[in-house]
Amino acid sequence: MPATLTSVDAEGFGRELDRIRDEVIESLGERDARYIRGLIAIQRKLELGGRALLIASWFPPAWITGTAALATAKILENMEIGHNVLHGQWDWMRDPKIHSTTWEWDTASPADQWKHSHNFVHHTWTNVLGKDRDVGYSVLRISPEQRWHPIYLAQPFYNALLALFFEYGIAIYDLELERIPSGRKDPKEALAQLRAVATKIRRQVVKDYVAFPLLAGPAFLPVLLGNLTANLARNVWAHTIIFCGHLPEGAEVFTEDRLEGETRGEWYVRQLLGSCNIDGGGLFHIMSGNLSHQIEHHLFPDLPSNRYAEIAPRIRALCERFGLPYTSGSLARQAASVWKRVLRMALPGPRQRPPATAPPVKTLGAVA
Amino acid sequence: MIPKRATPSAARPGPAILRRLAAAARWLASPLLPEDYLGLINPLWTAGDLCGRVEEVIPETADAATLVIRPGRGWVVHRPGQWVPIGVDIRGRRHWRTFSLSSAPGRPDGRVTITVKAMREGLVSNHLVRRTEPGTVIRLGRPEGAFVLPESPPPRLLFVTAGSGVTPVMAMLDGMLGGAPAVEGPDVVLVHSAPTPDEVIFGRRLRSLAARCPRLRLYERHTRAEGRLRPADLARLCPDWTARAVWACGPPAMLDEIAAHWTGPTDRLRVERFRLVPTVVGSGGRVCFTRSGREADADGGTSLLAVGEGAGVLMPSGCRMGICYSCVARLRSGRVRDMRTGQVHGEAGDMIQTCVSAAAGPIEIEL
Repeated sequence: MPATLTSVDAEGFGRELDRIRDEVIESLGERDARYIRGLIAIQRKLELGGRALLIASWFPPAWITGTAALATAKILENMEIGHNVLHGQWDWMRDPKIHSTTWEWDTASPADQWKHSHNFVHHTWTNVLGKDRDVGYSVLRISPEQRWHPIYLAQPFYNALLALFFEYGIAIYDLELERIPSGRKDPKEALAQLRAVATKIRRQVVKDYVAFPLLAGPAFLPVLLGNLTANLARNVWAHTIIFCGHLPEGAEVFTEDRLEGETRGEWYVRQLLGSCNIDGGGLFHIMSGNLSHQIEHHLFPDLPSNRYAEIAPRIRALCERFGLPYTSGSLARQAASVWKRVLRMALPGPRQRPPATAPPVKTLGAVA
Repeated sequence: MIPKRATPSAARPGPAILRRLAAAARWLASPLLPEDYLGLINPLWTAGDLCGRVEEVIPETADAATLVIRPGRGWVVHRPGQWVPIGVDIRGRRHWRTFSLSSAPGRPDGRVTITVKAMREGLVSNHLVRRTEPGTVIRLGRPEGAFVLPESPPPRLLFVTAGSGVTPVMAMLDGMLGGAPAVEGPDVVLVHSAPTPDEVIFGRRLRSLAARCPRLRLYERHTRAEGRLRPADLARLCPDWTARAVWACGPPAMLDEIAAHWTGPTDRLRVERFRLVPTVVGSGGRVCFTRSGREADADGGTSLLAVGEGAGVLMPSGCRMGICYSCVARLRSGRVRDMRTGQVHGEAGDMIQTCVSAAAGPIEIEL
């Protein structure tokens, strides 16, 4: 049931959220700093341990545990650490080693490019068709408002491929190539970005598929395969978690008229309606980079992720009070829901309606 | 683009094989640095983020303590009299302050000391004096400052200090007189003010040094009983004071008076001011940090450095008193007020010192 703005006291909702935000910021301190430093230390030790075990991978259990440790380290590095540091969640500590302006991560996208496309474009225009490029990542049809094309018949297949090579998909996606023909993107800029991506990929590839395997000597092949497995596992996991953030049943997609004169309260409501949480335990939340608290993350993208679980019950209660939906479900349910949507939207329909003909009335902004 | 994680070790000369190994290690650690992993074992091994470990905290007076610090890899040996920026994490946030090094350079144990007086409402000084345990890792900057002894000290010296102003002088005295007190050498007078005998920082050490070393004359001024030291007192205690090379460190009023009564050559009077005294409060305005995309409202009495730090911008900083130029940044638009002089200045493209500049209206700065 779409929540319309007229039925909701968006400003009252926004004021309550601002209060929660202020409270969290006021209470940031030693405990939070210990959390992120401790996590970074654990992640680096896991990585070192995993790589050390892989060198001994002529012994099969060493290969399995080494690969698992490395995959876990890579997931932590990308999700709970990299993604959140690059959001500026830890900038308040003023530690140049853990700061959004100095951080670089183990993925194909250079941090600067990713920060623009993710922090600015996606988090500002969340789920607005034609503005938020993350809606379908410019290759998937995930809403009936996107015009159908026969190419989408193949989208279940290429979505699976995207999952495997997610980091490269994101890096190419950040180049905004689809904006070049219309002149909204300077091809020279795209080329410079492509060079930066290529440099980064070269380093990553040399490290995981040449340097460490060579270091292992006779275990060259098992180390290479272990590193490949860890990278693929990280990609599939990241893809799964991220797609569960905005695509399951219940997440709404908006048309551009929704943005007209949007107030802070309405922005909060749009972030809430466009995001879905995943239920799980503490370890699951950390492994998902706390994107399992996608709602809290989208309301407060720069609050430290370790605080999302703490404020989640208050946000949920607030939604109940204001009559707003708070979408949450198990990983299996949300992932199944995502795939159902990808499969359904591969076919024409259900009620094709291009955004241009969407009613310009603001209160009908929510359409999904 | 902002330079990322510059590696100071890259330019270090050394055998080619070591350089190659270091380069290989950087490939293996990419996108991090090898030292990010070394730091897991010992934080003192990270040269890019120079650290020190507090190994001892020695109380000096009721509200002052000496911190004995083992500096990490990358430490630059200081000159006696210099200060060093110290970065301390308090409630998770890093705070930078500068403190004079109170030890002579080149101690056999490789350690350095700072001596800190807890100021009333001083967040960092209180933390260092009262709540710092041995083992704490702190951040260190580069030793800086021109309040130093020349390579070969002049034959006659006078030090005029008050309160914690004695700390840089202690490093100088230690260097000149700390070893076996030879009879030969410069003639030194130290006139030091403190409220009471108990509140003299390094009181026992100075008194025993003066007792052992005939070349050092020590005058303690206990201001609660005797009142503040005046230039006339100085002339009485040390009649040839204007003929000596003078180092003075203490409260601004004392330094101003000494400077006003100084009749010797200007290059022979060296003063060190500990605290920046903002004399003018300007109008303030919206500050836009263009690189980080942050914005904040600034009042006319807060430095852009403090405004930026408050807004979570990674501000370069050093002395925080307008002398070291570690904090300079390019002004893109607007004008700033020099908090020391009140002068309003700044044109687009100027490099301004964020630690002594306040916004005079809305500004944009490239940070």
